[in-house]
Amino acid sequence: MKAKYKWLILCALLSANGCSSLGVKPWERETLAREDMLMEADALDLAFDEHIYFSKEASSGGQGFAGGGCGCN
Amino acid sequence: MKKLLLLLLLVVSPINAEIYNIDQLDLKNHQGKVVYLDFWASWCKPCQRSFPWMNSLLKKYPGEAFTILTINLDAESEAMHQFLAKVKADFDIYHDPSGQIAEQFKIEGMPTSYLIDASGKVVKKHIGFYTKQVDKYEREIEELL
Repeated sequence: MKAKYKWLILCALLSANGCSSLGVKPWERETLAREDMLMEADALDLAFDEHIYFSKEASSGGQGFAGGGCGCN
Repeated sequence: MKKLLLLLLLVVSPINAEIYNIDQLDLKNHQGKVVYLDFWASWCKPCQRSFPWMNSLLKKYPGEAFTILTINLDAESEAMHQFLAKVKADFDIYHDPSGQIAEQFKIEGMPTSYLIDASGKVVKKHIGFYTKQVDKYEREIEELL
């Protein structure tokens, strides 16, 4: 039984290692900042979706990088 | 053909800037001056908006007391050259393709700029560039001059 827990803990620790470098650095967003990398190609549709998220879920952003990926807006 | 076009763009471009390798950057050489250190990339729209303002700063504060140093973080130098062929830069540019200096400064967004006083101490940090805050940025520089 104890050996089983050891293996579980070991597996959990090893899988947590995969989270050590999450995301891209701000200066590595060149590709993500491209217009064709936006989740939605139609600006009106995107604005409509954003409005729904903002008014119903109190969340905004995350659909692309405003201002060319500056990460500051 | 692409290289030839790039060469042609460079020949007719309005670049006044000197481009250096990041290894050549030594902030100690600039002690005694107020330094505006700016991290930018060609794909970053706010960075582009900050260029005319940075050019105007050099005209507003001429002389030895103030200088602008910029660090380009494009992975490919070609992207930087293409950008500089379109956008005028009157200040020195250090190319850091691997982001080694950006990593040291723990850059959180693009552009990020630091205002460094004459003793070499970082006094202010700006994440992003906002044209509405230009007056504030200039007041901060004037306080150090």
